[in-house]
Amino acid sequence: MNQELEQTIRQQFPDAVLAATDCKGTLLITIKADQLLPVCRFVRDSLEFDFPDCVTGIDTGKELEVVYTLWSTVRDNDLSIKVVLPYDAPEVDSVTEVWKGANWHEREVYDLLGVRFRNHPDLRRILLPESFQGHPLRKEYQETD
Amino acid sequence: MILSNGAVAQQDGNPKPAQHTVLFAKAADLFDFVKDWARTNSLWPLGFGLACCAIEMMATAAARYDLDRFGAGLFRPSPRQSDVMIVAGTVTKKMADPIRLLYQQMAEPRYVIAMGACAMSGGPYWDSYNVVKGVDKILPVDIYVAGCPARPENLINGILELQRKIRGEIG
Repeated sequence: MNQELEQTIRQQFPDAVLAATDCKGTLLITIKADQLLPVCRFVRDSLEFDFPDCVTGIDTGKELEVVYTLWSTVRDNDLSIKVVLPYDAPEVDSVTEVWKGANWHEREVYDLLGVRFRNHPDLRRILLPESFQGHPLRKEYQETD
Repeated sequence: MILSNGAVAQQDGNPKPAQHTVLFAKAADLFDFVKDWARTNSLWPLGFGLACCAIEMMATAAARYDLDRFGAGLFRPSPRQSDVMIVAGTVTKKMADPIRLLYQQMAEPRYVIAMGACAMSGGPYWDSYNVVKGVDKILPVDIYVAGCPARPENLINGILELQRKIRGEIG
């Protein structure tokens, strides 16, 4: 099922898919960051991934990654979409216009890792106070007090 | 030989008048004593909890441990009606401002009990980026109750120590 999924996405976006791996039974595709919104719209409308389980940010030390874990309540299968962002200017389109539920997930990633989501309706800190300095889940973060 | 009325019988058999202890030298001392006695036995904790210590705090107030035996069992939902704040749990930096506001809204005299390792020092989260390392960083704390979480007996001991402090027996 994952192979069919991968082929469908590759056929639709031949230039966008950078890599596709099997991650403990879930298909994890890495796509170009500027192609995120078209891919997300496609998987929601055509492949019925209607539920954004989780949006995760990862600091690998070299670059920042944002992983969108999706679930289809209709077909009951999973899909993960990953985008890789440069460390100095991490910016990617917000998927809140595709899934409204991604709103707070993206705020959390912004809060803890400093990834800026373009066209997010309300990009504020969500877990830390507004006065907080820095983004604590970055590897470079040093605690001040 | 001590007679039943407290007087000491003298050698010749005639009772010697009993010595009266002077309890209060001034009327103000009497007033202070009555005031402290009333405050001591009528503590009104603020009903709020932050983490697992709050569960122990609720158990302390409930039937088995019965904090009401010591006059401190009625948790008020408003800081304006309470005079003891039991900080039961981890204080995050985001929660620090609301806690400070609650403390400022309490009527004086007001007391703070730091309950558990988190409220005392940050506890297991001492190196977290989002935890205040002890509520005494933001509030004046009267009594520290150790434990992780602090047991009800320990919180009761803290309340009793606070009562001693209000009576001026400890500093």
